Amino acid sequence: MSLELTERVIEVNNLKTYFYLDIGVVKAVDGVDFSVDRGKTLGIIGESGCGKSVTVHTIMRLIQSPPGKIVDGSIKLYRFRNNELEVVDITKLDPKGKEMRNIRGKEIGMVFQEPMTAFSPMYTIGDQIVEAILTHENIDKKKARERAIEFLRRVGIPRPERTIDAYPFQLSGGMRQRAMIAMALSCYPRLLIADEPTTAVDVTVQAQILDLLQELQEEMKLAIIFITHNLAVVSEIADDIAVMYLGKIVEFGKKEEIFNHPLHPYTVALFRSIPKVEGKLERLVPIYGNVPSSYQIPEGCSFHPRCESAIRGICNVTLPDLIDVGNGHKVRCLIYQKVEV
Amino acid sequence: MEMLNRDTFTPLISVRNLKKYFPIQRGFLRKLVGYVRAVDDVNLEIEERETLGLVGESGSGKSTLGRTMIRLYDPTDGQIFFRDGDKIINLTELEGEELRKFRKNMQIIFQDPFSSLNERMTVLENVGDPLIINGLISSRQELIEQVVETLQQVGLRREDIRRYPHSFSGGQRQRICIARALILKPKFIVCDEPVSALDVSIQAQILNLLKDLQEQFGITYLFISHDISVVRYMADRIAVMYAGRLVEVAPRDELLTHPLHPYTEALLSAVPRTVMGRRKGRAILTGDPPDPANLPTGCVFHVRCRYTRDICKEEQPNLRSIDSNHHVSCHLAETLELKGMEIHV
Ligand SMILES: Nc1ncnc2c1ncn2[C@@H]1O[C@H](COP(=O)(O)OP(=O)(O)OP(=O)(O)O)[C@@H](O)[C@H]1O
Ligand SMILES: Nc1ncnc2c1ncn2[C@@H]1O[C@H](COP(=O)(O)OP(=O)(O)OP(=O)(O)O)[C@@H](O)[C@H]1O
Ligand code: SF4
Ligand code: SF4
Ligand SMILES: [Mg+2]
Ligand SMILES: [Mg+2]
Repeated sequence: MSLELTERVIEVNNLKTYFYLDIGVVKAVDGVDFSVDRGKTLGIIGESGCGKSVTVHTIMRLIQSPPGKIVDGSIKLYRFRNNELEVVDITKLDPKGKEMRNIRGKEIGMVFQEPMTAFSPMYTIGDQIVEAILTHENIDKKKARERAIEFLRRVGIPRPERTIDAYPFQLSGGMRQRAMIAMALSCYPRLLIADEPTTAVDVTVQAQILDLLQELQEEMKLAIIFITHNLAVVSEIADDIAVMYLGKIVEFGKKEEIFNHPLHPYTVALFRSIPKVEGKLERLVPIYGNVPSSYQIPEGCSFHPRCESAIRGICNVTLPDLIDVGNGHKVRCLIYQKVEV
Repeated sequence: MEMLNRDTFTPLISVRNLKKYFPIQRGFLRKLVGYVRAVDDVNLEIEERETLGLVGESGSGKSTLGRTMIRLYDPTDGQIFFRDGDKIINLTELEGEELRKFRKNMQIIFQDPFSSLNERMTVLENVGDPLIINGLISSRQELIEQVVETLQQVGLRREDIRRYPHSFSGGQRQRICIARALILKPKFIVCDEPVSALDVSIQAQILNLLKDLQEQFGITYLFISHDISVVRYMADRIAVMYAGRLVEVAPRDELLTHPLHPYTEALLSAVPRTVMGRRKGRAILTGDPPDPANLPTGCVFHVRCRYTRDICKEEQPNLRSIDSNHHVSCHLAETLELKGMEIHV
């Protein structure tokens, strides 16, 4: 196995997750490709409803079916079994089966925006972390508790020997968030998925959590998928950035590329619409129009009704491909694609 | 964006030693066991047409200050003065009918455009309600005309008056809330996190709208937000709140680049930046936010401050001016060399 492939942690190809509702089909994720390597962070950004959460919930196989269904594509998870690299396609697994349960928590950890969705209010955080460890690993309860305390200490929770017996509601929002990170990492996963983990906390707590994630990433060589709608946050934490619009990745590349040379008209428009803490104060330019209803995704390039550069007769007809314009910088726009008219 | 001239400063609003304490009651008999000092001895002034940005961590008392300033809450102590032409009105002394009449000068826009409208009322009724309550219209035709005019000012259309709130998007609903706040032609509006619940691309529309309305009607804003980049875009001056107290007030760029209070320094260093590369040497804030029911003695920030000295534990610093524009409450303000943000203007 080549080095390049042993570094790989996850590879998503042409993933499509649709919801079949009475009123129509929501193509929430519609042909998404990306991969994440060890020690790297992929940031996913985009407006509300563009499919960020559905993408990662599909990876965790947490999508309710019906109405949700994976209609195409693969999610290859690279993992070690007895020191041998093996690749499993998560889309082929039974979401309720033993193997998937083992992947959730053991191979992939997940933190959410609201820690209360991860913790039950009925049990102490210690009980819940210990339970998570015991589910996945062959160690006794005492060892599991020791490990839980160690992780709570590692995420910066004061007096972990005592705090381990606290109930979730007894902790501040920032501390709960840390406890959730401790739980997500307690089985040494290779991949951590963080869905808006700092949206509900103060900037000071946010900074602590971002620093913590970066430290732990270095220590554990974690691959991270980090979802946020905050451009500044993504620029602090990500190596690669994927910009999503209506279920598709419209631009992908190294963080520096995306920030310094955004190519897709949507990315450019998004940047111009967001207030910044540095640079000249210029009037914000809102993106024209609204995100269309997810039942009626526009024909051709789905951004065309809002795009300043749209070419009539072409953009509303032809679906652009995600084209590599060099250095792994990819863009889904007909301007960068040679089209037959 | 020009700065205000402090020499000709004639505040629209002056707040003097304002306090708002909430009682903490326990047990069956609801015995009083203490107070949450949500707003504690706040002094500030806002000039006409000015936007004062208000920042601070969750629970620091920003909303309570905003609501008390427009008498949605009765102050526990202190005074609020409001300039009305040549007259200075002492808001704290207004009661009953007088207060009700004066209220049209002061409005509030809330964070959540989904809960601040009445779902069972049409847009016409939601927006026109303040006119009816205040007895300011004499016919339905007049109501419709005024509502339509206001809707158009916020970018909505005549046809929208018959629709119900649920059929609008988040950004449109916030426009309806703004129209409702605007219809009485207020002089002062408290904007309490008006874009926090909105999608990034909608935020720009609402922020620009608020700026344009200010320009057009000469409105004064208290603009509350936890997002420093949004506050930078909107505010002329910025006030920083911590545990119910104002710890620093200064013109926008001055505050961002040359903070004088250690809490402001920590807050600014936590702001995520779009500059490349991971930053080192953050003045990371440790410890939990203070319990407002049980505040530390001396400087409220001393348990988390990197620069604490003995005096900080004993004496409470007051907000004082370092120069005519820059106010801070820290014993060591003159001696500390704090790090602000580089904003590269
Ligand atoms: N269980 C479901 N049933 C039907 N539609 C769904 C379901 N879950 C998500 N969707 C739809 O799929 C689309 C993508 O939703 P998703 O939650 O992934 O958005 P998001 O990018 O995470 O947005 P946000 O930033 O608001 O979290 C939306 O149109 C949403 O309404
Ligand atoms: N009606 C109330 N009764 C009792 N306590 C209250 C009331 N409103 C606010 N408080 C308390 O007063 C303190 C300040 O709350 P406030 O809502 O003003 O903070 P804030 O700065 O607006 O926070 P956030 O950023 O979370 O909106 C908090 O401790 C809060 O719990
Ligand atoms: S393909 Fe056309 S409509 Fe789509 S982003 Fe490019 S220029 Fe705009
Ligand atoms: S008064 Fe003392 S404790 Fe308070 S902010 Fe200043 S240096 Fe820190
Ligand atoms: Mg989401
Ligand atoms: Mg508030």
